[in-house]
Amino acid sequence: MVDFSLNGKAVSVDAPDDTFLLYVLVNDLRINGAKYGCGRAQCGACTVLIDGEPVRSCLTATSAAAGRSVTTLEGLRDGEKPGRLQQAFIDEQAAQCGYCSSGMILQAQALLDRNPTPSDGEVRAALDANLCRCGSHNRIVRAVLRAAREV
Amino acid sequence: MNKPFTLDRRRLLQGLGSLTLSFAVPLDLAVAQTPPKLPGDLKTSPMLSAWLKINADGTVTLMIGKVELGQGILTAVTQICADELDVDLGRVKIISGDTAVVPDEGTTAGSQSMPGCAPAVQQASAEVRQILLGLAAAKLGQPVESLKVSDGTITGQGGSQATYWELVTGKELEREATGKTPLKPASEHRYIGKSVTRVDIPAKMTGEAIFLQEYRPEGMVHGRIVRPPTYSARLADAKTDQVESMPGVLKVVRNGSFLGVIAEREDQALAAAAELENAAKWEVDNLLPGHEGIYDWLLKAKSEDKEIHKKARSGGGETAKVIEATYQRPYHMHASIGPSAAIATMGNDGTLTIQTHSQSVFETAPAIAKMLSMDPAKVRCQHMQGSGCYGHNMADDAAADAALLAVALPGRPVRLLYTRDQEHKWEPYGSAMVIKTKAAVDDKGNVLDWDLEVWSTPHGTRPGGEPGNLLSARYLEKPFKQPVPRNGGPPNYAADRNAIALYDFPGQRVLLHYITEMPLRVSSTRGLGAYANVFAIESFIDELARSAGADPLEYRLRFLKDKRARDVLVKAAETFGWDKFEKKENRGRGIAFAQYKNYAGLCAVAMEVDVNRRNGRVRVVRVATAADSGHVVSPDGISNQIEGGVIQSLSWSLKEEVKFDNSRVLSEDWASYPILTFSEVPPVEVSIIDRPGEPYLGTGEASQGPTSAALANAVFDATGVRFRRLPFTPERVKAGLTV
Repeated sequence: MVDFSLNGKAVSVDAPDDTFLLYVLVNDLRINGAKYGCGRAQCGACTVLIDGEPVRSCLTATSAAAGRSVTTLEGLRDGEKPGRLQQAFIDEQAAQCGYCSSGMILQAQALLDRNPTPSDGEVRAALDANLCRCGSHNRIVRAVLRAAREV
Repeated sequence: MNKPFTLDRRRLLQGLGSLTLSFAVPLDLAVAQTPPKLPGDLKTSPMLSAWLKINADGTVTLMIGKVELGQGILTAVTQICADELDVDLGRVKIISGDTAVVPDEGTTAGSQSMPGCAPAVQQASAEVRQILLGLAAAKLGQPVESLKVSDGTITGQGGSQATYWELVTGKELEREATGKTPLKPASEHRYIGKSVTRVDIPAKMTGEAIFLQEYRPEGMVHGRIVRPPTYSARLADAKTDQVESMPGVLKVVRNGSFLGVIAEREDQALAAAAELENAAKWEVDNLLPGHEGIYDWLLKAKSEDKEIHKKARSGGGETAKVIEATYQRPYHMHASIGPSAAIATMGNDGTLTIQTHSQSVFETAPAIAKMLSMDPAKVRCQHMQGSGCYGHNMADDAAADAALLAVALPGRPVRLLYTRDQEHKWEPYGSAMVIKTKAAVDDKGNVLDWDLEVWSTPHGTRPGGEPGNLLSARYLEKPFKQPVPRNGGPPNYAADRNAIALYDFPGQRVLLHYITEMPLRVSSTRGLGAYANVFAIESFIDELARSAGADPLEYRLRFLKDKRARDVLVKAAETFGWDKFEKKENRGRGIAFAQYKNYAGLCAVAMEVDVNRRNGRVRVVRVATAADSGHVVSPDGISNQIEGGVIQSLSWSLKEEVKFDNSRVLSEDWASYPILTFSEVPPVEVSIIDRPGEPYLGTGEASQGPTSAALANAVFDATGVRFRRLPFTPERVKAGLTV
């Protein structure tokens, strides 16, 4: 059994120790936010936060989350409403297919947590290892900058 | 359409809680003397009840055969429906791409959703509104002309009211469209022409279940498959006993060289697939030309040759010079961020239901039925959104593989998901191409004769109802042979899409060398042949302009007669600041233009680049574009498509090339097939030219071709060196600059 906090709630999962966190989140805990993209930590679609730090859940052992706090896209909601960063992505229409968005938003959240007023270049640098295929990059950067402005 | 599902459709619609119309429809509307001229896909699905449902709960169900790929089509047709029907946007609920429920609108491809689906929805909505007005007139005892509608509430003189939702109490809208109901003038549109929040984006940003990958039906189990090491490998032996006894394994499926496993948990399926891969022994051969050898291979391969355009020279002076060039593009991947997936359930009633992100549910379902020797009426595909596809990726293959697994384990929904390397190595790529151009010019450098030849393997191997187009069907014990792909002629073309230059040259000839042998698996990739053909045409005309000592923009306008084409070129140049551009060392500007398919969306792209001569790196400083997609429904939707198209094309043109040796594909992940990242993406400005009252032209594939040529032209402007082989990697540019 592995115990951790998921979006502020205590959870306990019974999965083999070497099962990657992504599969536990998606299948056992019914999380929608984390997406399988490559299984090689190359694309960032599976990004979640552990104690506020972005990790690639496709190659992170579930045991690494033990006793810690895991945040997924669902955890950034403001009650029933989208959270600030999520709303900024909606306002900027910062997606086409939206498959990479979850990883983008969590990676951006980690950036804003340590740097509340990033520059355009700092946002790009922070998101550089998160891949988007639709070409929504500039909208995503604008969304992160908008969220930073609207603190 | 959807005949096998007539009963199902009724049952499903009842399930939505909708009521039906109580009043007889006025006969003069229902009877047409001659077959009506119906717009878009109403031609093939004329029943109003196929498209729209007015529900007692105050909602409208809009049913469309086109599907959401991230291009925003659901939102655009919702805007149109709400406007013509006179209801608030939020009342419209969409069902799309369910073969049992929606009208067959064919494949969602070729930028055809706006031209095909949108006018159909618009006309159907207008006609349903008119029927509702007729019902209200009868109920209120007032003439139709005196009635006003606001958000589904009809008000007559004296304030008497009826609502859409209470008027529908008897029969359905089971009658054909007449095509006679007039549409609203643009001045009365509330939503058309405005950017509204896309209907699917809030759910995607907050983690609500919307993707196929988040659908988890009760009892779902997990499937994985093992692919051969190479295209032509055959399974010699596979000892499966050990895999069958692994924890959670429910079934190992072997059928010829198709090998798969089903397990209770996803991690168990992954472990079992890894073990199965170890257990499989394959017979491999070495038949491929390799990524360096592919261009020679194309020029030597057996081809079907066809002159697709011949305009004998009329007028012009003496030939002063003949200029020639050869352009090359490699294979490109769709490279969806999410590998393809599907969920298939073999029901106890003998019906196979498949949730899929296929673009062609109506053709994939019968192909799967044929593969499994099933009655086509017993295979139902339901579209659910997946990762963006940009053409024919592995969505259909995943649907077929899920089906192959599901029939081996009836009663359990089987979820099939490819691994990253399976998607990278087995998807049908955009074909490598060679294009040779030749122009005879007069003493002022003006074109007299323009000659273009294209060498390409196919660009269309979608299922089309044929199992041989589904990857795994070719590996079964009784394999299905892949049909020989056809190229498809005018007006869309395929390999030769956009191969005919729109410029009004005195003489022009275009010759296609269509090669049906496919060293690498290929199919429709955003733009098909247009990407490379526009790259060649718009690079070559730039070369001719330079040779003539002319400004590339001015030179194009000499030969471009079409007003809308001229307008986008001029607009892009204005947006860029073409005339004010100050040339600096290693900096350059380039411009290019195309009208997609020579009749659809128009787009011109101008850009500035900075070339690092030491390492060969090309940095795109900024991009300015202009687009004409006809009457604008969603300005932001058009912008999003143009921006995304530019960025994706820059990725193709700067970085992407499928690598392969003489036996196998080597590009197996994002490290071996890198794509453009945030720090490499330039700002992209989009100027939209609205054409109120003109047909919807579509936008999704308008910008890729012009982007590649604008890049090549800007690099030439910066360096004086012409690059004709894509992509412009630092290695290739550095080598070109040091020759």
